[in-house]
Amino acid sequence: MFERIIRILVKELLEIRRDRWAMFRLIVPPLVQMLIFGYAATFEVYHVNTVILDRDHSQESRDLISHFVASTRFDVVEIAGTERDVSQAIDDGTATVGITIQPRFAAFLLKGQKAPLQVVVDGTNSNTALIALGYVEQIAAAYSASQGNTYATRIPGGITARVEDLEMAQRPWFNPNLDGRWFFVPGVVGTLSLILTVSLTASAVVREREIGTLEQIMVSPIRPYEFILGKTIPFFLIGFAETALVAVFGVLWFQVPFVGNPFILMLGTALFLLSTLGLGLLISTLVRTQQQAFGANFFVSNPMFTLSGFSFPIASMPRPMQWVTYLDPLRYYLVVIRATFLKGVGIAVLWPDLLAMAVIGIGLLTLSTLRFRKALD
Amino acid sequence: MRWGRIRAIAVKETIQIRRDTRSLIIALFMPFMQMILLGYGVSLDIKHLPVCVYDREGSQNSQALLKHFQASEYFSIIAVLKNYREAKAALDSDRCRIVIAIPYDFSQKLSDSGGSTVQVLADASDDNTANIAIGYAQSVVDGFAGNLAVAAQGFGGSPAMQNQGVDLEERVWYNEDLDSRNYIIPGVVALIMALVGALLTSLTISREWERGTMELLISTPVQPSEVMLGKLLPYFAIGMLDAVFCLVFSVFWFHVPFRGSLFALFFTTSLFLVVVLGVGFLISAAIKSQVGASQIAVLVTLLPTSLLSGYAFPIDQMPPLVQGVTYLVFARYYVTILKALFLKGSGLADLTRPVLAMGIYALVVAFLAGRAFNKRLD
Repeated sequence: MFERIIRILVKELLEIRRDRWAMFRLIVPPLVQMLIFGYAATFEVYHVNTVILDRDHSQESRDLISHFVASTRFDVVEIAGTERDVSQAIDDGTATVGITIQPRFAAFLLKGQKAPLQVVVDGTNSNTALIALGYVEQIAAAYSASQGNTYATRIPGGITARVEDLEMAQRPWFNPNLDGRWFFVPGVVGTLSLILTVSLTASAVVREREIGTLEQIMVSPIRPYEFILGKTIPFFLIGFAETALVAVFGVLWFQVPFVGNPFILMLGTALFLLSTLGLGLLISTLVRTQQQAFGANFFVSNPMFTLSGFSFPIASMPRPMQWVTYLDPLRYYLVVIRATFLKGVGIAVLWPDLLAMAVIGIGLLTLSTLRFRKALD
Repeated sequence: MRWGRIRAIAVKETIQIRRDTRSLIIALFMPFMQMILLGYGVSLDIKHLPVCVYDREGSQNSQALLKHFQASEYFSIIAVLKNYREAKAALDSDRCRIVIAIPYDFSQKLSDSGGSTVQVLADASDDNTANIAIGYAQSVVDGFAGNLAVAAQGFGGSPAMQNQGVDLEERVWYNEDLDSRNYIIPGVVALIMALVGALLTSLTISREWERGTMELLISTPVQPSEVMLGKLLPYFAIGMLDAVFCLVFSVFWFHVPFRGSLFALFFTTSLFLVVVLGVGFLISAAIKSQVGASQIAVLVTLLPTSLLSGYAFPIDQMPPLVQGVTYLVFARYYVTILKALFLKGSGLADLTRPVLAMGIYALVVAFLAGRAFNKRLD
């Protein structure tokens, strides 16, 4: 039995070695993708194009504007003359945020009353809009506080009249600077691993069928599970090496910390690859040509990727959709990979995810072996 | 190029599609499935985020603050912790995303020095969720502090003092409730169309090889560009049907507001379909000549369309070099157009640049696809 598995294994490795472009295809695109997607995938908000309309023209209003100019979150692209300019800038997309300092801003402020400030946001991108509004609030609050202190010193007994104030101290754990790359780079590693291995395995068996060598294998005494094992092991090794390559590259290039135990990540990767290889093999038993395999791969990978929690939090999905995500091996792998990169937690926390991947992987591999046997008969 | 030959190929292709009901069902059913899965899956809105509380004081004041958190629709308190170790374990194991820690001298400091602190520990491994949650927590705390100030006023504080500061009036345009579905679903339509188009056309040439009709096709006087046009016409019709379905579904099922002109939508969608089908045809003609091109095809289509088209990740936040790359991703233009049509109600005049870019793209792809199909057997 082992001899036959090894024969198939050697044959597969030979085929890969003979394909001169194979090595190139296996190494260069994933690294380029890591590079591009590592930079592309972020929800952070910096340098939001901002238009400001100052209808007060006072020292105070200019002071407030300088707060916005100084912030890295906003880029003041235009000082508008009229209200129409503001709405025009937002309509045609030159600015996302419009800030209007209303007349008598300084007068109200000096009297110790509420000084009117209006902000208009292009909500098309709800996420950017929400975060940008938060930053506007922060700047306005900081400005109020500084003005409040100046004002309090001007009147007798001002300081004692200060309102009770309550500060909220934020402690973002595991990612103190709220750096989006720390979240997405590990995610990209998992996603690339999924896309690569499913397409590799799916097309490998189909190719045998297309060039007609599958019949030769059928007449040999090899058993289905031996054939499947011989086919899977090289792709398992390749997938593992690829994932390691991409992960190491991502860590070094994007300076993402790795605080966890590398062995747990390796265990998680191995279990995840079981399920992606199983999926690839299952696809290959369902289709006839490489192109169909390519199409099937598309239609399975897309929901797997979108529903994995890569960018959209699973907690934000409706309840039934959250149940659907339990079928997605990438969901568990992303938990494992992010937890080992950023949180450094161990088996005690991650065992349910590891177990789920093992169950899905073994299930898919069994199913494809059974289907494959049927295809052979 | 002769219209008669194009029509002949188109008729032949249509008959083939009609006889192959399984592929037809897949072509019509797949967008439906993807639309449901993705439409419900894509949301960045945070509601009822699981929160643990660690109240070291347990006073009336601290409980009042926690009630404010409980009352907010953004948070739901799921556990009360007894010590710091439990807080760490809760964040480690994803039991909750946020821990609110109230110090033991909370009320005392509030009344003595007028300044106190609550601590919010957030699991920031998902930085976006953490950032938004911290913002909401801040507004809950501010609201609570405001209530305290009003209460203090009753005891003779100076009213003028409490009211000073900047009064921020916020207005959100185009997507008034900041509903992330409204922002993402138009992009999902583009994503699905890009995949469906690639799938539809990728099957058309391989079928000729499979059934051995390629030799027949080559022996006829038909020209490569005629084959391309004839084969793409019926798929264009199917693609249009899929597109209409996806768009109708997003408006009537997911309630994304549509404010633009139907003509602009129809025009840009057909342009996009030409690009998508052309790219699919190009891949399909290329795959036969190069084993393994399918891997490259997956790599250059699926992830770039999801990550670089701006459907979820804003392009203007990417580094300039990556922004340059996004110009090559054809879905980028359609995503921009759809978002503007749906939410902003723009017309064709506002969209000249993306429409023009897509037009150029369509011409280049059509030119390449016309030449890609070689009338050779090897």
